[in-house]
Amino acid sequence: MASIPVQAEPVTAAPRATAPAPGRLGTVILSVEHISLFFGGVKALSDVSFDVREHEVLAIIGPNGAGKSSMLNVINGVYQPQQGRIRFRDEAFAVMHPHRAATMGIARTFQSLALFKGMTVLDNIMTGRNLKMHAGILAQALRIGPAEREEIRHREAVERIIDFLEIQAYRKTPVGRLAYGLQKRVDLGRALASEPTVLLLDEPMAGMNVEEKQDMCRFVLDLNEQYGTTIVLIEHDMGVVMDISDRIVVLDYGRKIGDGSPDEVRRNQAVIDAYLGTAH
Amino acid sequence: MFFRENGQFKSTYRADMQLLPIVQDRYFMVALVVLAFVALPFVATDYLFLSIINPFLILTLAAIGLNLLVGYCGQISIGHAAFMAWGAYAAYNLVQRVPMLNFLVVLVLAGLIAALVGMFFGIPSLRIKGLYLAVATLAAQFFTDWIFARVKWFTNYAHSGSVSPAPVDLFGWTIGTPREKYVFLLGILIVGTLIAKNLTRGHLGRAWMATRDMDVAAEVIGIRPVYAKLTAFGVSSFYCGVAGALWGFLHLGSWEPLAFDLNLSFSLLFMIIIGGMGSILGSYLGAAFIVALPIALNQIPEKMGVPLSTAMASNVEFMIFGSLIVLFLVLEPHGLARLWAIGKEKLRLWPFPH
Amino acid sequence: MPRYLPVVALGVLLAAGLIAPLATGAAVPGFWVEVLLGGLMAGVLYSLVALGFVLIFKASGVFNFAQGAMVLFAALAVARLAEKMPVWVAMIAAVAIMVALAFVVERLVLRPLVNQEAVALLMATLGITFFLNGFGQAVWGSDIYEINLGIPREPVMVLDKLFEGGVLVNRDDIAAAIAAVLLVGALGVFFRRTATGRALRAVADDHQAAQSIGIPLNRIWVIVWSVAGIVAIVGGVVWGGKLGVQFSISQVALKALPVVILGGFESVPGAIVGGLIIGVGEKMAEVFLAPPLIKEFDLAGGGVENWFAYVLALLFLLVRPEGLFGERRIDRV
Repeated sequence: MASIPVQAEPVTAAPRATAPAPGRLGTVILSVEHISLFFGGVKALSDVSFDVREHEVLAIIGPNGAGKSSMLNVINGVYQPQQGRIRFRDEAFAVMHPHRAATMGIARTFQSLALFKGMTVLDNIMTGRNLKMHAGILAQALRIGPAEREEIRHREAVERIIDFLEIQAYRKTPVGRLAYGLQKRVDLGRALASEPTVLLLDEPMAGMNVEEKQDMCRFVLDLNEQYGTTIVLIEHDMGVVMDISDRIVVLDYGRKIGDGSPDEVRRNQAVIDAYLGTAH
Repeated sequence: MFFRENGQFKSTYRADMQLLPIVQDRYFMVALVVLAFVALPFVATDYLFLSIINPFLILTLAAIGLNLLVGYCGQISIGHAAFMAWGAYAAYNLVQRVPMLNFLVVLVLAGLIAALVGMFFGIPSLRIKGLYLAVATLAAQFFTDWIFARVKWFTNYAHSGSVSPAPVDLFGWTIGTPREKYVFLLGILIVGTLIAKNLTRGHLGRAWMATRDMDVAAEVIGIRPVYAKLTAFGVSSFYCGVAGALWGFLHLGSWEPLAFDLNLSFSLLFMIIIGGMGSILGSYLGAAFIVALPIALNQIPEKMGVPLSTAMASNVEFMIFGSLIVLFLVLEPHGLARLWAIGKEKLRLWPFPH
Repeated sequence: MPRYLPVVALGVLLAAGLIAPLATGAAVPGFWVEVLLGGLMAGVLYSLVALGFVLIFKASGVFNFAQGAMVLFAALAVARLAEKMPVWVAMIAAVAIMVALAFVVERLVLRPLVNQEAVALLMATLGITFFLNGFGQAVWGSDIYEINLGIPREPVMVLDKLFEGGVLVNRDDIAAAIAAVLLVGALGVFFRRTATGRALRAVADDHQAAQSIGIPLNRIWVIVWSVAGIVAIVGGVVWGGKLGVQFSISQVALKALPVVILGGFESVPGAIVGGLIIGVGEKMAEVFLAPPLIKEFDLAGGGVENWFAYVLALLFLLVRPEGLFGERRIDRV
């Protein structure tokens, strides 16, 4: 597919409201090539390949157990695939580690939240900034100038995220006490704190009512349009998926059975048989 | 505690992130410290200092160390007294072999040596966790027991296997009497507490807590488990090393390797369980409890007219210890510190129920 | 690097250490066999204690730190009761006592803590340890007591045709080995052939699933702790018969922890194999490794066996954390 090579605006420390360039999709930034993943005898993924272009919103859909979360885990380095590679920008990785993924600018949210229950909302999101904080142990122990200033600087960045997600009232609440929808926002905030280039969202709208879903969609679209973040999301709500994605990848039993624009996927017979069904 | 926070709004992040954001808390703390330094030496007896207050101060320091590792970073260690031993013997050897060193420098160096040993024995935590790690930490305990009993170099070839360092001399001030020891120990503990508080507030502390709560997610957001766990072991062992040196020099006076055996490790663990894991205040409360309990067990039966033989007293002590551990775990797994926090919450609203 | 390579390397290293005294001629073959057998016998004793760990972990996921204290408690009970009645009657009475203990533990400790994390339960068993140690000694006394099973004390000379001078083996060690074999056999039958055993395995796999098909968790736990208590009695009688019933048994039983690490927390054969490896390794290290160490480093005495088991367990943890017979756990995110 010919794409207009648009240079991405670099995402800097202070998120600016950059207007999306015309033809906003960029070149391929992330691609998974022939990924196969086994757990003992269970084949979670079989020879899955697809591309993700910069600034696009890519949805991964499929029935439960199709391997969608496993795919995200592979991209992130939580699982190591037995076969295949991940290619990010121009580097190929047969083995990805979570730390390397994080430093390269890939962040994610989790289906089961995986928040740090022992900490407040503020602290949870601050952990997302850990990669950018460099004060040494001694400086932190004595809380002298550079350490204190760094802490304040990153606090400001985190507060901007808190404003964006509209959770100001809860910043000092332990996350365990929050409602599910708010916890999901904190999870998102933690992923955003590292200012990622690629954001992997694992069922961000699961368990939400219509209003909460609208809020979340708004956040996702704002992220994509204002800050140019590339978004890969797993989602079951077809309405949301068809509305906000640029492209959709369909997985079934660990295999890719569809890949294309929402219209193409909607008409794909294999996808209809496996997942979408027909309107009666 | 009987005050409200009304009207105390913060307009800078710096103000919001202070250790003691409420003004009244600050006054209270300062008053407490002043009282501790100035008033207590005049009020308490030598006996009180020697058998309760001084050991309490040192054990609190060790408990803070263990709490950083177990409570904040979630790595279990049931052989932690080994690092106290390393600190004590390191300090002894430094004082013997490099006599011109200032005692404060000796303490820091002893702590650093203990930290290195701690990081070494913390390496298994990179591959295993929970119960498996607990058993691995026992290796540290037993190996340390053995090495200080057998390798004669550490005890300076003393015949009896026990060491007796000379009294501590700091800038010409000989720290001899219980009150002098008290003042010195109090100073060290306050410094240690401040450092611990600062560390847990900063990004290292958050890395520890993230590793404790959800280590996979922590790794995904870029926290290196190696860094978090090994620094936790290192800092924690530093604290215990310093505490061990203080224990040997300023409390025991002379000691043999068994002074830092598995029972002391268990005591430390109980301190943080009962006091509250993941809480600096909890370390204080737990240490106070563990220090006070045997004394109470000795005194109370006598005062009630039912004297216990020493053997029976120690048995009863074991039984009460054991029951209390289970009781705390069942009723309030977050320990006395949580009870304290609940109490403060209630007092904020008092006399309203909610 | 293939996963099994580090394990194989470690195994080769250990085997080399085992053969070294023979190969270098530092020991007469007969003596080497004697040490080996002594190590195996000690290993059997460790296995008996480790079996209790494995049982409880298999069925409730609880790591029972108090197993050593239970062994001591059981031994004390048998020893003191045997002063008033025949030994075998005392053992049956001890069974009743351990079952009662199981009830108490389940009601007061396990049930309230059922939803807590493993570390909390571990700490709780630590509390039980302290309680049992104090309680046992308060009730039964803290002297050293004897358990007389009627086994003659004189060792038996075997294999004197093969090795010059023969090999001395203690009869009570042989009895211990036989007891262990019988016990493992009985447990194997129990787990595989009886309905209760199946229920125990179900609970070990998944508490909630087992509950949802009607298996009464509380009763299962009482049963498990009772069985572990019986195992503790066997262990206590064997240990106590050999060493005399004293407080140090509780500490020595800590050694069973490395055994469980080697064998795998949930494996009965692992407990046996692990125990044998630890027993042999320890004895060999103390007899053959310590003297050169003492000479080389001018040490004040041996005592290598105090830490050898733990260091061995540590090495195993680094190359094969799940143990020889255990299963790897995969974290789902």
